[in-house]
Amino acid sequence: METKNIMIVGVGGQGSLLASKLLGSILLSKGYDVKVSEVHGMSQRGGSVVTYVRFGDKVYSPVIDKGEADYIVSFELLEAARYLPFLKKGGRIVTNTQQMDPMPVITGVAEYPANLVDKMEKAGANVDALDCLSLAEEAGTSKAVNLVLMGRLSHYFDFPQTEWEEAIKASVPAKFLDANLKAFKLGKEN
Amino acid sequence: MKELMLGNKAAARGLYEAGCAFVSSYPGTPSTEITEEAVKYDEIYCEWAPNEKVAMEAAFGASLAGKRSFCGMKHVGLNVAADPLYTMSYTGVNAGLVIGVADDAGMHSSQNEQDSRHHAISSKVPMLEPADSAEAREFAMLAYEISEEYDTPVILKMCTRVSHCQSIVETGERTEHSKEYVKDIPKYVMTPANAIRKHPKVEERTARLIEYAEKSPLNRVEKGDGKIGIVCDSTSYLYVKEVFGESADVLKIGMANPLPVQLFKDFAASVEELYVVEELDPVIENHMKTIGLCPKGKDMLPITGEFSQNILRNAFGKEVPGGLSTDEEIPVRPPAMCAGCPHRGLFYVLAKNKCTVLGDIGCYTLAAGAPLNAIEMTLCMGASVSATHGYVKALGQEASEHTVAVLGDSTFMHSGMTGLADIAYNESASTVIILDNSITGMTGHQQNPTTGLNIKGEPAGKVDLEALVKAMGIKRVVVVDPYNLEECDKAVKEELKADEPSVIISRRPCALLKTVKHNPPIYVNPDKCKSCKACMKIGCPAISMKDKAVIDPTQCVGCGVCTQLCKFDAMEGGK
Repeated sequence: METKNIMIVGVGGQGSLLASKLLGSILLSKGYDVKVSEVHGMSQRGGSVVTYVRFGDKVYSPVIDKGEADYIVSFELLEAARYLPFLKKGGRIVTNTQQMDPMPVITGVAEYPANLVDKMEKAGANVDALDCLSLAEEAGTSKAVNLVLMGRLSHYFDFPQTEWEEAIKASVPAKFLDANLKAFKLGKEN
Repeated sequence: MKELMLGNKAAARGLYEAGCAFVSSYPGTPSTEITEEAVKYDEIYCEWAPNEKVAMEAAFGASLAGKRSFCGMKHVGLNVAADPLYTMSYTGVNAGLVIGVADDAGMHSSQNEQDSRHHAISSKVPMLEPADSAEAREFAMLAYEISEEYDTPVILKMCTRVSHCQSIVETGERTEHSKEYVKDIPKYVMTPANAIRKHPKVEERTARLIEYAEKSPLNRVEKGDGKIGIVCDSTSYLYVKEVFGESADVLKIGMANPLPVQLFKDFAASVEELYVVEELDPVIENHMKTIGLCPKGKDMLPITGEFSQNILRNAFGKEVPGGLSTDEEIPVRPPAMCAGCPHRGLFYVLAKNKCTVLGDIGCYTLAAGAPLNAIEMTLCMGASVSATHGYVKALGQEASEHTVAVLGDSTFMHSGMTGLADIAYNESASTVIILDNSITGMTGHQQNPTTGLNIKGEPAGKVDLEALVKAMGIKRVVVVDPYNLEECDKAVKEELKADEPSVIISRRPCALLKTVKHNPPIYVNPDKCKSCKACMKIGCPAISMKDKAVIDPTQCVGCGVCTQLCKFDAMEGGK
């Protein structure tokens, strides 16, 4: 199988490491070769963060380059737009509609762009935009935005629900399991 | 067992399986997790040392004692540890000694992108370069074999895309290795008389290692169709395979120092066109040119930054995939000090007092960004203190009344103390501010000699900063709470005015520490808010300005710094 590319983007501290752990775990169990690249350190402090997940028969490069991503999973709307050039023609964006102002917007030297979902669709992207924060809160914790996004992404993979659940069990602490499973389900169904 | 492992975790696994029993490191992105993973194995003693030089010397002592040992650091850490490294090359080792060093091409979290291979060449120490997690484990184990066989420390060179990429690793069991210590003065005492006999042996060792490099599986040829031949190392190999698949002939170099000779010549003779793909400096390329080969390399590939598959596609005239785009201008999102960061209040005070702030390495470097713009120099660990001394000596009173050094608790222990000794001894009226947030923050919360806890979080010895600074001869020492702007302002004004050295300790634990209890969030009373933007001057990511100021309750930890800035008492809650 040709290598497939998933980018997970967001703002440092939003929980993208758990999403990549979950994906890595399920892809490994399916027998794929897998690479997951993260950047730790300075960019954790509220900066733009990106994780590359690649899988297939044999994966070489640890990174995804412009025009190569099959999916971009975004925790924040502006970050989805930032990484749009990495999306392959015909690729899909799964994004949270939550907006977090970056420092230039906070200090008033820039504006947060309007209507980003429309603009990304006009550029040729298939966009699934959903209010993951509300769904996560409905599931019991605002911290489960990552599971809502994974639930939505799971639409596009024909892995059985039980396998996703196994991977979630392996990736989250037991006391948060119910809320995370519910968040995954809400993401999948919305 | 097959497992998806971070490169750093795989390197730690390699240490474990090779029977490593002693690890001493200083944290530094992207190397930190090697040590954080090694500490999970009960068989390995692990510690954070105050700096890389101490870590390397401690590892040397353990090797001398007969235990396989390791020290880990980032690329710039190897500069700090260069002193022991260059002479350990002469003494050699007793039990195997491996030095893990992680480069950061692309400078994801570093102040430069130096190429560590130069240190291996000039110290004449062998260096292995894994390309992925499986090799990180395997090469770590092999490094111990080479270390003991050739009586030399060995450098395991990682980089961001190896250290912080998870790929599949198959693990094995641990085997124990230890040796007896035998007193051997000519081997271990590097007086000139002994060292002068050692140097020719180092050169002989390099000659034997070159023979090893000619045949070692670390350097391997993968046959293609014989047209394009590419020499590559580390992650460059992965980008080459991504772009060329099986079509190109590849010479993968896994041992960066010393490099083979005949292997290159034979490879060059077997292909029509010869290329070198290596990140940063043309180390392999220059070696190949020295032995009479003419590869193409840095004339077509960048010498700066990290590579990717598109960079190679471009350089080799291959089709580059097109992505999607909108015409929208996307505002940048630089990292920023967290909501509730104890550094924020102090930097607000320094900016308000128009101080010249010479900074250091740590989270507080983020104060150089808008809107605080409060740091004017960042060089290397500890430089804030010594550079402030030089700045104040050069300009006298005109500088001493507005210039301060700022550095964190961990950075002060690393190499700020020696600069402070210069200030005390040579008597400059410098003001040094130690931002004591009770942790090594930027690298992700590691303990240090001032926190009172060891690498496992257990109670440990604790350096008392006030007592230390006083013992070094600084008479003016004041402790402030950076959440209290008035207290900080008073201390900064007084200590700058004083005509003698002073130290201000700005003490409050990092807001991200799990042990820190937060206040309830602050909220803006819209009836009182006049939209004056005074609260925006501190660059808190939780505060934004719509019609009125708005505070994001999910980020705010109720630190109260904004409350102190509001003249209209519009900030409520937080207590």
